[in-house]
Amino acid sequence: MNALLDLDGLTKAYPGVVANDDVSFSIQEGEVHALLGENGAGKSTLVKMIYGLVKPDSGTMQLRGSSFAPPEPRAARASGVAMVFQHFSLFEALDVAENIALGMENPPAMRELAARITEVSQNYGLPLDPSRLVGELSAGERQRVEIIRCLLQNPKLLIMDEPTSVLTPQEVEILFKTLETLKSEGTSILYISHKLEEIRRLCDSATILRLGKKVATCNPREETAKAMAEMMVGSTLHQPERKPHKTQEVALQLHDLTLPAQSAFGTTLKNISFSVQKGEILGIGGVAGNGQDELTAALSGEALSDAGAIEMHGKPIGQMGPNARREIGLLAAPEERLGHAAAPDMSLIENALLTGDIRKGLSRRGFLNWPKAKAFAENVIAEFDVRTPGPGNAARALSGGNLQKFVIGREILQAPEVLVINQPTWGVDAAAAADIRQALLDLAANGAALVVISQDLDELMEISDRFAALNEGRLTEPVPAFGLSVEQIGLMMGGAHDLEAVQ
Amino acid sequence: MIALEKRPTPSRFWTGITPFLAVLATMIAGGIMFAILGKDPFAAIRTIFWDPVFGEFAFYYRSQLLVKAGPLILIAIGLSLGFRAGVWNIGAEGQYIIGAICGAAVGLAFYPTESFLIFPAMVIAGGLGGFLWAMIPGILKVKFQTNEILVSLLLVYVAEAILASMALGALKNPDGAGFPGSRNFRSYPSAYNEDLIANTGMHWGVVFAFIAVIFAYILLSRHMLGFQIKLAGQAPRAARFGGVNPDRLILFCLGVSGMLAGLAGLFEVSGPAGQVSIDFNVGYGFTAIIVAFLGRLHPIGILLAGLLMALTYIGGELAQSNLGLPAAAIQAFQGMLLFFLLAVDVLTNYRLRFGNREVA
Repeated sequence: MNALLDLDGLTKAYPGVVANDDVSFSIQEGEVHALLGENGAGKSTLVKMIYGLVKPDSGTMQLRGSSFAPPEPRAARASGVAMVFQHFSLFEALDVAENIALGMENPPAMRELAARITEVSQNYGLPLDPSRLVGELSAGERQRVEIIRCLLQNPKLLIMDEPTSVLTPQEVEILFKTLETLKSEGTSILYISHKLEEIRRLCDSATILRLGKKVATCNPREETAKAMAEMMVGSTLHQPERKPHKTQEVALQLHDLTLPAQSAFGTTLKNISFSVQKGEILGIGGVAGNGQDELTAALSGEALSDAGAIEMHGKPIGQMGPNARREIGLLAAPEERLGHAAAPDMSLIENALLTGDIRKGLSRRGFLNWPKAKAFAENVIAEFDVRTPGPGNAARALSGGNLQKFVIGREILQAPEVLVINQPTWGVDAAAAADIRQALLDLAANGAALVVISQDLDELMEISDRFAALNEGRLTEPVPAFGLSVEQIGLMMGGAHDLEAVQ
Repeated sequence: MIALEKRPTPSRFWTGITPFLAVLATMIAGGIMFAILGKDPFAAIRTIFWDPVFGEFAFYYRSQLLVKAGPLILIAIGLSLGFRAGVWNIGAEGQYIIGAICGAAVGLAFYPTESFLIFPAMVIAGGLGGFLWAMIPGILKVKFQTNEILVSLLLVYVAEAILASMALGALKNPDGAGFPGSRNFRSYPSAYNEDLIANTGMHWGVVFAFIAVIFAYILLSRHMLGFQIKLAGQAPRAARFGGVNPDRLILFCLGVSGMLAGLAGLFEVSGPAGQVSIDFNVGYGFTAIIVAFLGRLHPIGILLAGLLMALTYIGGELAQSNLGLPAAAIQAFQGMLLFFLLAVDVLTNYRLRFGNREVA
């Protein structure tokens, strides 16, 4: 095999951080090459340089032996490099063909384009109807629009940024078949992910980045997932331990919780019922945007519902606000850290006060006890190994993982009876994620009931006692998580959307 | 090339130093402007900043300083609470007018009875009038999600129309030989807001302004409500998560700022202005918005900003009459002050970086 793309000594620095430091590797013709690394390892910067969005400070690239330095994405596309971004750029009010036409330099007539879309989608096994409105499509289908948009350019190199994060397992299967077809036709794929099992299955070689530097290029099929994870993190990973715990007493119960969408882009919660026992972790999976935020808000008290729809220890609490729920021991940690779980420009002391006032007694008759709030913040920082110069630092000065440890620690140290967490380890590095999961397991072992909402299925399988999935605002019947197969989970999450739409 | 780079945390040093930097920059730019106008820039700057406090007639101007700064500070303190919470009361001028009318009406109703209870009753009526006037945009916002900026601003013009009708109608001096305007409170001791110490300008309104500064300082630094105000302004979603009731906060902020503006109006109409007249209001409600921002929405800052603003007004008038500077030049000078203040504010959150930085 010959090298399609050679990267030599690519370096890019931003103020205060070197995103890429002397990164060199080659992508061969017709291979699926994984780019692996934690959040902030420099994966995005690297592919932005390949795609012409960012200019390297130094270093060179060669495409099939000739110098390659795209000044802008258009030039990269002209040279045969295409990219599917993690965040789609699609117009919801336009149909599939119109969206694709908008991204083309010289779009053909609509009828012709529609025919080509259908042809490509059938050739590559990506069912997609060109006349459907994008607004009606699932995340997986939207991704197909982006992929087909790229395939219409006959790329030599297709870059995919975390493509499976929005897909159900069945949709992942479809995507992988497509990528394998592409590979057999000689197209190279640069596949960015941190999901190790996927990479071991799909990729021929893998380049691992850590803190902007290349750590290794390896054959993922010959490495264990654990070995690759350790290369990625740079240290030995700690596996969360589960202590067995027996439970009977119901802590939190939902009866037919129905809540209309709060905004035009929100999801309506429909007839959600479940119960969580003391010492139990209920994992709630689902593709993003299926009601996770709404369910978190309904449980935290930010959104009120019928009083009887939510019961804690048998008492109706649907009409209680967040602080009233904190008083009886129901705490929550929302997904969005900056601006929701924490106020970005406020210090960690003030952010400790944000939710800690009621249970930690940080104020008396409305007057704040700053020394006590500071002590609480320091306690969270110490117990949860939050890396920060001190509690007086602003929340936004912390890295994502550290702030998440602070947010989770803040709730756990308030000794919740029921804790609701949305995306506990989103954007958190592997070591911190393991610590957080362990903390959640410990909390459950001590008798708290936990509702963990996450899009990371591996995480949910690792810590949940029972599992349920959100799909368009409905929750499936919770089932024991142990022994659940990927197929079953996928079906619970809504399966593959419109598999037979085109066939 | 000069580049701006966001600081990880706002700089305390620059937060403190920027107002002085802004005053300095205003003096330089203003001095250049005065020189272009053919006036001696040093004399002009001295007339504006020095003479009112230390000049020949300072004994008169110093009292004027308090008279002008008092209402500005009182109103600005109330506004700053709302501005911090993201509640934009632009209609303090209207609340000021309505407070003045309500308070004055109570006083005039008792004329000519003399009692020490009359002035306190007027103060209560004044505060209540401003409070209720501010509740209109407040309730409309909470119930119907109207924009409080527009509603409060438009109510200023309604208040001005009511003022005109009161000065010409219901509150007109029956013994005034048909002239517009109410009885003068100077001739009604029980209702007159006299200087507490003669000829210092130190009247009850100034006392209330100082109390408001202390009250706001404690509220913002030591009380849960102050914390919630800051939280709601900086991160509304986090505030809701933290248990803040946004509607209650909106009503509180508008209510307090309306009440303080109403009080300022009452103290002005029963003291320095002396009577309800068509144009007794001189725009304090609007100027206080500038004062609030000039003072960085911080109580102590507002205290200083109110005094500084009053100084440029008095000094500006002095420069007009003594040096023959056009009024527009003085307004431009005051505009420069606000402009530079907002411009140097950038340094609190950003630092300047000169030249192209290479790989670290």
